Amino acid sequence: MSHAADPLAPVHAVTQTPYKWGFTTDIEMDMAPKGLNPDIIRLISARKNEPEWLLDWRLKAFALWQAMTAPEWAHLHHPPIDYQDLHYYAAPRKQAGPARLEDVDPELLATYEKLGIPLKERAILAGVEPAEGERAPVAVDAVFDSVSVATTFRATLAKAGVIFCPISEAVREHPELVRKYLGSVVPQGDNFYAALNSAVFTDGSFVYVPPGVRCPMELSTYFRINARNTGQFERTLIIADAGSYVSYLEGCTAPQRDENQLHAAVVELIALDDAQIKYSTVQNWYPGDAEGRGGIYNFVTKRGACRGARSKISWTQVETGSAITWKYPSCILAGDESVGEFYSVAVTTNRQQADTGTKMIHIGRNTRSTIVSKGISAGRSDNTYRGLVRIMPKAAGARNHTQCDSLLIGDRCGAHTVPYIESRNPTAKVEHEATTSKIAEDQLFYCRQRGLSEEDAVNLIVNGFCKEVLKELPMEFAVEAQKLLAVSLEGSVG
Amino acid sequence: MLEIRGLTAAVDGKPILHGIDLAVPTGEVHAIMGPNGSGKSTLSYVLAGRDGYEVTGGSATFDGEDLLAMAPEARAAAGLFLAFQYPVELPGVGNANFLRTALNALRRARGEAELDAVQFLKLARVEAKRLSMPDDMLKRNVNVGFSGGEKKRNEVLQMAILRPRLAILDETDSGLDIDALRIVADGVNALRSPQSSALVITHYQRLLDHIVPDRVHVLAGGRIVRSGGPELARVLEEGGYASVVADAA
Amino acid sequence: MNALAPLPPAWLREGAAAFLSRYEGLRERLPGDVAVRAAGAAAFRGRGLPGMREEAWHYTSLRALAETRFAEPLTPVADCATLMARLPALDAPRLVFVDGRFRDDLSLVPTLAAVRVGGPGYGTLAQPGREQMVALNTMLAEDGATIEVAEGADAGTLLLVSLGTGGPPDRPVAFHPRHALRLGTGARLVLFEVALGAGGYLHNAVLEVSVGADAALTHLRLQDESSAAFHVSTLYAEIAARGTYDSFALALGARLARMEVHARLAGKGAAAHLNAAQLLGGAQHGDFTTVVTHDAPHCASRQTVKNVLAGRSRGVFQGRIEVARDAQKTDGYQMNQALLLSAEAEIDSKPQLEIYADDVKCSHGATVGELDPEQMFYLRSRGIPAPEARAMLVRAFLAAAFEPITHAAGRAALEAAAAGWWERQAS
Repeated sequence: MSHAADPLAPVHAVTQTPYKWGFTTDIEMDMAPKGLNPDIIRLISARKNEPEWLLDWRLKAFALWQAMTAPEWAHLHHPPIDYQDLHYYAAPRKQAGPARLEDVDPELLATYEKLGIPLKERAILAGVEPAEGERAPVAVDAVFDSVSVATTFRATLAKAGVIFCPISEAVREHPELVRKYLGSVVPQGDNFYAALNSAVFTDGSFVYVPPGVRCPMELSTYFRINARNTGQFERTLIIADAGSYVSYLEGCTAPQRDENQLHAAVVELIALDDAQIKYSTVQNWYPGDAEGRGGIYNFVTKRGACRGARSKISWTQVETGSAITWKYPSCILAGDESVGEFYSVAVTTNRQQADTGTKMIHIGRNTRSTIVSKGISAGRSDNTYRGLVRIMPKAAGARNHTQCDSLLIGDRCGAHTVPYIESRNPTAKVEHEATTSKIAEDQLFYCRQRGLSEEDAVNLIVNGFCKEVLKELPMEFAVEAQKLLAVSLEGSVG
Repeated sequence: MLEIRGLTAAVDGKPILHGIDLAVPTGEVHAIMGPNGSGKSTLSYVLAGRDGYEVTGGSATFDGEDLLAMAPEARAAAGLFLAFQYPVELPGVGNANFLRTALNALRRARGEAELDAVQFLKLARVEAKRLSMPDDMLKRNVNVGFSGGEKKRNEVLQMAILRPRLAILDETDSGLDIDALRIVADGVNALRSPQSSALVITHYQRLLDHIVPDRVHVLAGGRIVRSGGPELARVLEEGGYASVVADAA
Repeated sequence: MNALAPLPPAWLREGAAAFLSRYEGLRERLPGDVAVRAAGAAAFRGRGLPGMREEAWHYTSLRALAETRFAEPLTPVADCATLMARLPALDAPRLVFVDGRFRDDLSLVPTLAAVRVGGPGYGTLAQPGREQMVALNTMLAEDGATIEVAEGADAGTLLLVSLGTGGPPDRPVAFHPRHALRLGTGARLVLFEVALGAGGYLHNAVLEVSVGADAALTHLRLQDESSAAFHVSTLYAEIAARGTYDSFALALGARLARMEVHARLAGKGAAAHLNAAQLLGGAQHGDFTTVVTHDAPHCASRQTVKNVLAGRSRGVFQGRIEVARDAQKTDGYQMNQALLLSAEAEIDSKPQLEIYADDVKCSHGATVGELDPEQMFYLRSRGIPAPEARAMLVRAFLAAAFEPITHAAGRAALEAAAAGWWERQAS
């Protein structure tokens, strides 16, 4: 037993976190040449057999993007990105678009198996519940670089009237829905990265849940960046029609590479009267190595519109990956009595930088929002919560409660809290609380006195710190997320 | 079981223990009494291995093993349990989950099979009931929002579940009313056996009415100044520490 | 892509140009350190007036200020009796500045502190390169007080007064007083700073405060400027080991006010209290912005800021706590609360933590709401008329900010000023 002057000395030791998902898949790819210009956009549009209106929409986005500059207000530092040095389209060659599972390249199926994402549908007998302890079925849309390679359980979902397909397919099969809602929450010129995405997005998931339908299973998209020097620009659009419910999960990994890779996604959610959307993310893009080499630049625009009265959108995120995270899943609470929620755990270690939070825009009467953010910084990382709560003049009776807690592990990291609170209605009530703390030496000692190893003690305390958020995740995801937290912090402690 | 020889220790460079000699044989309950600031809590933290409590000399062995060389969790695995004077709060960590994790860590260290959640809850409920603790205390977060008495009872519950070979009770009686004191004492007495020992640290004699020790030691100024049978506690109660400490000086 | 930042709007550029041409016209005649002034001018020329694109001015637009052409204050001979009558009745020495210039005839120079006037009191803490309004002050400052309290001395209470007399309605004036205050080791002082006025003017003050080791400064501030005035003040405080900077600011006046405080806890065990209340009505805009930097271990900062907003007023609070890598055992606390009394009032609040040390205890809280209808009902059901019940509840809301004021006479004066504001609102 050492009796060093620094009681947390073992906690300060930082070694490299092993990234278990860093393998690459060797597969023949169809790649667009590097660079971004209207011709590349025409090529993407042509590869996807898009209608004229969508090409025009993309070109307009590109024109907007050219006039914009990358935002600089976030607490993030990275060398400038050369947008002309990237491939904007990369697809596995053997397959041009989604197909039946048996047509999917076995290499790809193997990749997803290795990631723990089963793309094989197990037979489900009508009326038979899965046995206890067995995984409940989850419908998966698997996106590999620029395209969706498989979507499972489509038949089961179709029976309920739920549309779950790659967005490129939705453009062809359900143009009226896509045209009506695409860009209606995040317009093309919303911000630099959203404009870029609007110009070059390649695939992503589309979900439509018809009125009154409770989606019979969890829907999930699994994103995988594989190819070198490519960006991934997926676009997800989820529409929950009146009185419907859907729970959607998103997971992400990428191979371990020395150079940085760009991920700039846009997610739009629309909830009509009495509809509910629960959107959960476990983001585990490659974070780079201990020295900050490589890793994904994750610039994501996620926004939900509670258009209908009493609608509800709930974002839950566990962010452990990426070299840089720039992400603010938001809710526009336009419908009276609509509800927005944001539950977040963001872990940064080594040289990771995260600037993440939410915006809750209260427009309708008696709208309510809850924000719970848990930031954990270790190593030499920087972790920022940035959030906006805005109460518009007509949002009588609006309520917000925000709780932001930061935990620091080691003395070389930073934790920052930047909330913006704007209220223009006297009947609204806004409450914000933030704390910063470290794992107290007496907590660690108490656990160790009871026989827990230091690492187990830290995990236990960190999990306790994150509990309010983890309990919002669908059960199976929560277990994964807990394991992920432990792996992410491995080496930062003990 | 526990052998302490010439133990000296300092906190923040300031010497607190000036040479403790103490032996607690297997199956015995010893009490350490002493005025405030005499080094009672320091002794318990040194034995449990808290960082910042620097051993500057002497030795302490547990079943012949060098206790001072072991990590806190290794001491726990060896069977040493400290009931804290001020049990710490662990927000978000469920009591049951915490206890099961601790119990299984100890069982692993002893080469025993781990308990699953169901087996554990069964055991925990029995022990909780014995201590007149409501079931929901297992569901709550560790010590969060517990009253002083509830925290102390929770310490004894942990002791009952973890079954230590040597329990150190650091002023477990402080802040307890007479009913809570009896419950805590009953809990400790129930654990008495020829195979286990206890070191009861207290400021007041009243706990020793309920947990009758085999030996009583008086700690003052970082030294054991007097040792005797249970009757020594009475002497202290009547004459105060001053008499005993002055005698020794 | 366009790599150049877009130009600031024309009105901002033109406003800055007007100040610069004033400087060009006056520079030969302005007193004090030429190099410091030139550096301020260079900084102001480089950056101009702050715009809302800048994070520090996100919620406060200086458009009205930038669009006003200010004239030179006339030789201060005004009688000022009406304004003087509004000063808090404190039996203490006072330094009175009228339109930014020291007025010997109105002042009572203290004997327990050394005071120098007759030119800008430039110190070493101001950051004209970072704060544009400070650059403007540095460039155009004409007068100010340099106050020193010797090691171990208790200098009692001192009033530092600014009176704005305005000019004719078409001739608003601008003045930029520059003060410095130094407390030696173990020294003590209660500084009561008052800003009052009538008519239209810009009062752009800078005060640099250095609190020595074991010294204690109590700083009470009353901003009750004319309703046609612009008030901008920037305060820098540096607190050495075990020193205490204990401040309370009450902001009631001005059409547009910005009080900015930069407090740096520079020595082990230093403490800073930055309490404030902003009471705004009509179309007033009030901005209270603070940055507390913990640069040494074992320091504590405490902040309770209350906003009461009536009419179409807009209140802004920005409060940042920065904790440097070495500032272990920092204890930082901040509470910001706003009470909206009307449907058109607005509060914008940005509490902010920037933490680089791990062994710290930092927290902040913010609440926004209206008077509790249940409390109102309870009071009224006991027979208290609504206006009185409202007054009681507003007073209760403000109590937590006033409570820490230990200087009894100062506290009474500030409470009286707040009560006066409430009466003006109610009538």
